[in-house]
Amino acid sequence: MSHLVLLPVLIPLVGGALLLLTGGLGTRVERTIALAATAALLPVALLLLSRAASGEILIYYLGDWPAPYGITLVVDRLSALMLTLAAVLALASLLYAVAGDDRRGRYFHPLFQMQLLGINGAFITGDLFNLFVFFEILLIASYALQLHGGGAARVRAALHLVVLNLAGSSIFLIGIGAIYAATGTLNMADLAVRVSAAQADQAGLLRAGGLLLLVVFALKAALVPLGFWLPPAYTAASAPVAALFAIMTKVGVYAILRVHGLVFGPEAGPAASLAVPWLVPVGLATIAVATLGVLACRELHRLLAHLVVLSAGTLIVALGLDSEAATSAALYYALNSTLVGGGLFLLADLIARERGEARTFLDRAQGVARPALLGTLFFVGAVGVAGLPPFAGFAAKVYILQSAVAGPAATWVFSVVLVSGLLLIVALSRAGSGIFWRIGDTPPAGERAGLLPTSSAAFLLLGTVVLMAGAGPITAFTQATASQLADRAAYVGGVMANQGVSTPASQRGDP
Amino acid sequence: MEALVSILVGVMTASAVYLLLRSHTFPIVLGLSLLGYAVNVFLFASGGLTPDNAPLVEHGIARLPDPLPQALVLTAIVIGFGMIAFLIVLALRALRDLGGDGVDGGDAP
Repeated sequence: MSHLVLLPVLIPLVGGALLLLTGGLGTRVERTIALAATAALLPVALLLLSRAASGEILIYYLGDWPAPYGITLVVDRLSALMLTLAAVLALASLLYAVAGDDRRGRYFHPLFQMQLLGINGAFITGDLFNLFVFFEILLIASYALQLHGGGAARVRAALHLVVLNLAGSSIFLIGIGAIYAATGTLNMADLAVRVSAAQADQAGLLRAGGLLLLVVFALKAALVPLGFWLPPAYTAASAPVAALFAIMTKVGVYAILRVHGLVFGPEAGPAASLAVPWLVPVGLATIAVATLGVLACRELHRLLAHLVVLSAGTLIVALGLDSEAATSAALYYALNSTLVGGGLFLLADLIARERGEARTFLDRAQGVARPALLGTLFFVGAVGVAGLPPFAGFAAKVYILQSAVAGPAATWVFSVVLVSGLLLIVALSRAGSGIFWRIGDTPPAGERAGLLPTSSAAFLLLGTVVLMAGAGPITAFTQATASQLADRAAYVGGVMANQGVSTPASQRGDP
Repeated sequence: MEALVSILVGVMTASAVYLLLRSHTFPIVLGLSLLGYAVNVFLFASGGLTPDNAPLVEHGIARLPDPLPQALVLTAIVIGFGMIAFLIVLALRALRDLGGDGVDGGDAP
C-alpha cells in the first residue's frame, strides 16, 4: 500500500491550512506557499500517472480498514489522468492569479487549495459517500471563490449557484440513502458486486437511487435542463477562478463515467446500463442549447461560459455511445476542452484589461495593446475549441464521430455535432474579428498585461498543440484507460483484495 | 413505524419543495433547511428501522441497529449546517448589494 495515493488530497489540505495560519505574514509568503503546494501536485500526479500507466490499480485503505468497511482511495488510469489535468490547470490559473488577481478579495489562496482538495479527492475516492463529501468541499470552496472580487453580478450568480447546488446535495444524499437501503454498502467496488447480484424486488430502489445520482452529476456537469446556472456564474467569476472552474463540469462527467460505468454498468443485473439511454439525447440537447447561447452572445466571457457547457454536452454524448472507442475519444476531448477552455478565460481577461473601457464586449472600440500576440493566441484557442484542423480539438471530434458511425444514433450525433461546429466557427470568427479588427481610431487605453499572466494563458492554449503533437501516445493511453474502465472485475478484485485481512499494518511489514 | 417515518419524510419534503419555489431568499433558506431534515431522516431510515432495540451494542440483544447510517447522518448534518450558514450570509449580502431579497436580486413580487 503506497502512501503516494494520499498526497493529492494531503498536499492541498496541509497547504490550505498553512495558508490560513500564515495569512498575516504578507502577500509574498502567502504566494510562495500557495505556489509550492500547487506546483507539488504536478510531480505527484505525473508519478501516479506513470505508475498507473502500467495498468496497476493503486489502492489506499484509509486507516487500514479492509475494503468494504473503510474508505478506499483508488488511482487507476482515469483518476491519474484527471489528477494530472487538474494539476496543470490549477498551476496555470494560480500563476495567473499571483500577478494581482489574488489581492482583489480575502482568502483567495486557502480557498484555492480547498477547491483543489475537493477536485482531487473526487477523482480518487472509491466510496460513494466520500464522493459526496469531496463534492461538498469543492462546492463550498467554489461558492466563495466565485464571489472573489465582490460586486453585484457575482453575488447574484453565486446565490443561484449555492441554492441549486444545495438542492443537488440533498438529492445526492437521497440517492445514496436509496442505494444503501438496497445494498447495504457504499464502497463502489462492493456496490458493483452487490448491484449485479441484486434481487428483482430491490430493482426499483436501485434504479431510483442510480437515476437520482445521474441528476446530481448532470447538475454539476451543467447538462440541459439543469445547466442554466453556469453561464452567469462563470461570466461573473474572476479570470483565474473561471479558468479553474473549467474542470468542474468535468468532475460531474467523471462521476457519471465512474459511478454509472462501474456500479450501473452493463453487468449490473436489474439496473444494467441505467444511464445510457439518457446520455445521448441529453448531451445533444445540451450541445444545441449551448450553441444557440454562443451565437447569441455579445460578450466574450459569456460566450466562453457557453463553450464550457457545449464541451460537457459533447462529452456526455460520447459517454452515451457506450463503447471503449467512444470513452477513449471522450477522454481525449476532455483534455483538450479543459485546457483550451481555461486558457481562453485567462486570455479574455487579458483582452479586457488591454482594451480598457470596452472590456470584452463585441463592439467597435479601441484595440488591444498587443494585437499580434493576443490575436494569435485567440486564433489558436478558437481553432482548438471549435474542432478545426490542425489542433487537438479536430482530432478529438473525429474520434468521437468515428465511434458514433456504427451506433443507432449516428444520424443525430453527426448532424448536431457538425452543425454546432459550423455555428461555433461563425460565432468565434465574429467574436475574434469584432475584438481584433473592428477597432476605432483611438489608441489602446488599457494597461499592458505582464509577462506572467500572458504566458500562463499561452501555456494552457498551447496545450491543444501539444495534445495534437502527442496524439499517438496520448490516445494510446486513453484507449488503455477505456479498456481498464470496461474491465470491472479487475477494479473490484483490486479493491476487495484485502477483504478479511485484519492484521495491523505493523505486523504485515508495511511502512 | 415505517408508515410514520415515510409520512414524516414526505410531508417535510413537500413543504421544502413548496418553500424552495418561492421568490424570496428567506423562504428558500427555510426550505433548504427543511429539505436537509427530511434527507437526514431518510438517510437514518436507510439502514432499516429497528424499534425497541438498544441504540448501540449490548450483550444479549441479537438484532443490532446499523451504525453506518448514523455516521452518514452525522456527517450530512455537519455539512448541511455549514452550507446553510454560508447561504444565510450570502442572502444577507445579496439583500445589501442587490437592494432586495428576491432570488434574482432586487425586489420580488
